[in-house]
Amino acid sequence: MNRSTLRRGLVPVGIVLSLALALSACGDSNDSAGSGGNSSIDCTTGSIKASGSTAQKNAVAEWVNAYQSACPGATINYQGVGSSAGVADFINKQTAFAGSDSALKDEEQGKADDRCSTGPAINIPMVGGAITLAYNVAGVDSLTLTPTVIAGIFNGSITKWNDPKIVAINSGVTLPSATIAQFHRTDGSGTTDNFTKYLAAAAPTAWTLGNSKEWKAKGGQGAKGNDGVASAIKSTDNAIGYVELSFAQDANLKVAAVDNGGGAVEPNADTASAALAKATRDGSGDNIKLKIDYTINDADAYPIVLVAYEITCQKGLASSDQALTKSFLTYTASDDAQGLLADIGYVPIAGQLLTDVRASVASIS
Amino acid sequence: MAPKRQNLEPDDVTTPLRAPEAPTKGVTSGVSSRRGDAVFSLLSRGSGILVLIIMGAIGLFLLWKAIPALRVNSANFLTSSEWFPDDSPATFGIAALAFGTLISSIIAMLIAVPIGLGVALYTAHYAPKRIAPTLGYVVDLLAAVPSIIFGLWGLQVLMPNTVDLWKWLDDHLGFIPIFQNSEDIYTRSIAIASVVLAIMILPTVTAISREVFAQVPTGHIEAALALGATRWETMRTAVFPFSRPGMVSASMLGLGRALGETIAVALILSATFRINLQITEPGGNTFAANIALKWNEAGTIGLGALIASGLVLYVITFAVNMAARLVIERRRDFSGAN
Repeated sequence: MNRSTLRRGLVPVGIVLSLALALSACGDSNDSAGSGGNSSIDCTTGSIKASGSTAQKNAVAEWVNAYQSACPGATINYQGVGSSAGVADFINKQTAFAGSDSALKDEEQGKADDRCSTGPAINIPMVGGAITLAYNVAGVDSLTLTPTVIAGIFNGSITKWNDPKIVAINSGVTLPSATIAQFHRTDGSGTTDNFTKYLAAAAPTAWTLGNSKEWKAKGGQGAKGNDGVASAIKSTDNAIGYVELSFAQDANLKVAAVDNGGGAVEPNADTASAALAKATRDGSGDNIKLKIDYTINDADAYPIVLVAYEITCQKGLASSDQALTKSFLTYTASDDAQGLLADIGYVPIAGQLLTDVRASVASIS
Repeated sequence: MAPKRQNLEPDDVTTPLRAPEAPTKGVTSGVSSRRGDAVFSLLSRGSGILVLIIMGAIGLFLLWKAIPALRVNSANFLTSSEWFPDDSPATFGIAALAFGTLISSIIAMLIAVPIGLGVALYTAHYAPKRIAPTLGYVVDLLAAVPSIIFGLWGLQVLMPNTVDLWKWLDDHLGFIPIFQNSEDIYTRSIAIASVVLAIMILPTVTAISREVFAQVPTGHIEAALALGATRWETMRTAVFPFSRPGMVSASMLGLGRALGETIAVALILSATFRINLQITEPGGNTFAANIALKWNEAGTIGLGALIASGLVLYVITFAVNMAARLVIERRRDFSGAN
């Protein structure tokens, strides 16, 4: 209880910060939301609360917008309070579902199962994302990086743009002799966690710091939030940093292609979606926890991806919440809803994974 | 010095400041007003006790939430400067946070207090009567600007425009450790955060000391002038001695705000857990900024660790205010305020 009350105190800060972003996101996406989709919505009335990951907040906002305009009697209130706070709210029965950057950990799974009176809690992957290496180097319009070079830049062992290791994989590109201004996150974040997971998996010898939500490497400069890093890159010459795709797009930043061994792959919704579709499962059944293969070297799969889950009760959700939760999640797993994602910088779920996600949502009762 | 000052401050001049001791007409009639007295004294005593209870409860709450995290901490909480509470084993310590918090607040004070007192003195005693209220109003307006605005301004305006200043300091005064910059990057530093903090605490320092300066009995000032003191001598002999406790508390309130300032600092600093005297380099971190940055994604131990750091900030702020009270108490006897 104290945890969530204290967190709420910090929420306004987040709201103010994301206001500009949210406004701009609304501006260019409202029309697309209005036109499509209504056929896939099976309306229910009522009101539910949900909270969690800020990373998927804009996607959920888009979906809520489309759902509510199709179903005037329904209200869905999603608060971006952070993944762990969202899971805590769900476990404390304050919300009908939680949004989280990572699937429930074992100890959380137990508590979440207890919260659902008659059945288990399930993780449903719903929103994909891609982490891009955005850069700002005058005269450089295309850049390819390998996992080892990325690790070198972010652990401080590669400090110049014309380092032989970068030049070797970028023939035909004139790189300046400038010092690399490297930017990372100062706040704890799922983006950092997923990015360091990638480095630890794809460049295990160059990156020895493992993965965590906190940035552990020395050197470089930090900024707060994806938006903070994106604007720092934009305003700093010779900068590079990791930001989620939507933020790189919003800030009009150039992004590097990543070569995991199978050729350079540009980050976009299609290439990231292809990598997500090939993720393996941790466990089986309707509780879908993904294990992303960061070393994937398909020519069409961008390897630095992340997935955000909706967490809810498969069985045993309060009857007042159950119908609307299921109806809303059925919509979010539809082609219409997933089709909205690419335009706002997220990555849709595709292929067999999407089929499984729909089966998982259908199993909610 | 002392005898001269006594000449300037005859006792009778200060009497108007005292609360009148003789009964006034409101307190003359019988029982009903006694009951009113009893109720009022109960209310005011209750409020006083309530404040103490709240203070104690906050301290206890912080301690209660912090202990589980402190138990599993495998680093020294006070001397370590790492912050990985959600790793296993958990390691976290507040050394770098304490350093960053104190040094940024101290620098902010060094900038804001002289300027704030100067502005206050000017508006209270030097400025033409037509300008003074407007000037005071403008400074007060600074206090109404939300800290996020100061943070964004610091980040987008102050930071890019002061790079040359920090570089100049490095080039010409680099032999002094705090101005040295061995990374050749002059952004996202403690120095910039301190300047922003200074601007944020300026209205606090100014508003309170202006009120204090304005309360100096006219008799003191006129006496000084009558004795042939110049403007500056009047300030030194009549205004400052009377106002010293107020000036101290104004500064301390400013310091309190600087210690606790969160979002502006969190936006500007390239938060690192390193004790670095070279304050123009990117880096540094403060208690409040760290809590804001890490809270959302912190795990169970992470939350406890942040609360533990909050407890330390609470203690530091408490100590600062106690010290300020002590200073005020000690000076009171010499100030001419009684």
